[in-house]
Amino acid sequence: MIKAIEEQRSLPTKTTARRKRFSLTPWLWIGLAVLFVIIFLLYPMFFTIWLSFLDATSTHFVGLHNYLLIFTNSSLLEVLRNNLLWLVLATVATVVLGLLIAVLVDRVRFESVAKAAIFVPMALSFVAAGVIWRFVYEYEPPGQTQIGLLNALVTALGGQPQAWITDSRFNNFALIAVYVWMWTGFCMVILSAAIKGIPSEILEAARCDGAGEITIFFRIIVPMISPTIAVVTTTMIINILKIFDIVYVMTGGDYGTNVVAVEYYQQLFNFNNFGVASALAVLLLLAIIPIMYFNIRRFRVQEAQR
Amino acid sequence: MSTMNPEAQSSLVAPQKAAPALPMTETAARVGRLPLRQRLLSLVNHSLVAVIVVLIALIWSVPTLGLFISSFRPPSLIHTTGWWTALVPPWSFTIENYENVLHAQGLGQAFLNSLIIAIPGTIIPTLVAAFAAYAFAWMEFPGRDWIFLMIVALMVIPVQMTLIPVLGLYTMFTQVTGLQLTGNYVGIWLMHTALGLPFAVYLLRNFFAGLPSDLFESARIDGASNINIFFRILLPLSVPSLASLVIFQFMWVWNDLLVALVFMGGNPDRAPMTVTIANLVNSYGSNWEVLTAAAFISMALPLVIFFTLQRYFVRGILAGSVKG
Repeated sequence: MIKAIEEQRSLPTKTTARRKRFSLTPWLWIGLAVLFVIIFLLYPMFFTIWLSFLDATSTHFVGLHNYLLIFTNSSLLEVLRNNLLWLVLATVATVVLGLLIAVLVDRVRFESVAKAAIFVPMALSFVAAGVIWRFVYEYEPPGQTQIGLLNALVTALGGQPQAWITDSRFNNFALIAVYVWMWTGFCMVILSAAIKGIPSEILEAARCDGAGEITIFFRIIVPMISPTIAVVTTTMIINILKIFDIVYVMTGGDYGTNVVAVEYYQQLFNFNNFGVASALAVLLLLAIIPIMYFNIRRFRVQEAQR
Repeated sequence: MSTMNPEAQSSLVAPQKAAPALPMTETAARVGRLPLRQRLLSLVNHSLVAVIVVLIALIWSVPTLGLFISSFRPPSLIHTTGWWTALVPPWSFTIENYENVLHAQGLGQAFLNSLIIAIPGTIIPTLVAAFAAYAFAWMEFPGRDWIFLMIVALMVIPVQMTLIPVLGLYTMFTQVTGLQLTGNYVGIWLMHTALGLPFAVYLLRNFFAGLPSDLFESARIDGASNINIFFRILLPLSVPSLASLVIFQFMWVWNDLLVALVFMGGNPDRAPMTVTIANLVNSYGSNWEVLTAAAFISMALPLVIFFTLQRYFVRGILAGSVKG
């Protein structure tokens, strides 16, 4: 405050000279934010890395033991495999579906209504989505009335009802479908905005030259919005790597559906193994670092342009 | 809609022949230049696209609709017939599921807890971030860009990297002061503030930096202090981006499960709805009369926000990804 009052008096003649001198004012303004970031993000990050080299109770140094365990234990390997499956399938499905729907929705009159319908799941919690889809996947033994929508459809078409959530042939896909249902709307809205940014003259010119819609899609629309596609894809990857709620609510990680974030939670609260839990968190971080780098580089390019 | 035009114009159809049988008679009223076969083709394409879009929108809405309808059906019916049978008479709806869930299952208290957690969990980080963003955008100081870049980089840190050490800090705090942070609202507010800060600082700094610099210079010349500029000029001008940020952060906290489980899981009386419902799922697996009503109560507020403030909602999310 003193600084501010002082500043008022001396302005305007000395502004440029004053700016060079050290001033406490900016540090007061960013102080609280920096404090929060250091205490709750930066310090814990380094501490977790340190914990990942200690044993379950954080008393003895065990080197890379926790990491070796993760990469050799069969149930932990399954966790990694599931995360990889999620990463590939869910990312591809949300981005591709989002792009296709964005292109299609662009051509109908009821665009905003359709978009809202697809975007609504974004407003729900994963927990609510988990309940919604558990209900869709609900299974009754063959011969009984199916109250789950999916099994009702399957039996109506003459098939056998399936236990979508507990049968390890389907359950990972069933869970990924819930994520796709939630996040396709997000991809659609962003990609749709990018598509609308393509100058209509370009599209018209292509059509005049006789280009078909499919050619236009692959040769004009996709290349022109590729920066946005990259952004959406990285956002999806960051989200999916940390996927927790859907698996926790729908299967609790049982029936071969466990993922890294749920395993982390179980190591932490069920097994009290801080070492393995931290090592799992560090693995997530390592997977995200390239994206972090990519983000910062893009940010600096943006800054250079402004 | 303007982007639809090129396509619409290329699909003009001679009115007499093909149009009457097909739904898009309006476009057909205009005069076309293209050969008939091509015009027919694009008309079919158009209807096909419309049908596909309607189908997709239906697929996306039906699961939620099923939950909503089921939550109003008597328990005996939920378990014996599919919810779609409730669409035709004889109708039999009830609100007893909601009464049961709100009172017997403690969801009323959980709803309050969610509000108690989410409102400060939104306001505190927004304010802290706005102060910092102002300095990052309009003040010069050594290391400014590096500090800002560090905060931006921390935006994508997995929550899991922070939980164990923060739990340890909270325990230490309790040992020193005798005050509980774990299982207490303050502890979860602080955590959500820290987790929301990087994105909030980033979003607001970019918005503030985009404002014209004359504004600040003339205010300074008129003798306004930083505090004055911040509250009198900056915040009023930033209402749209503040609204987007507030909605984004509120939804994030409201819908969060992991942080709530870690900090509130051991204290059911103060746990938010996401935790309560996750517990209901664990203990009542197929008790749909409880689960449907509970899930819908937790969805109600986000849905209202979405439909009333859709513009800010979508904008917040767009900013969060395209720029971040």
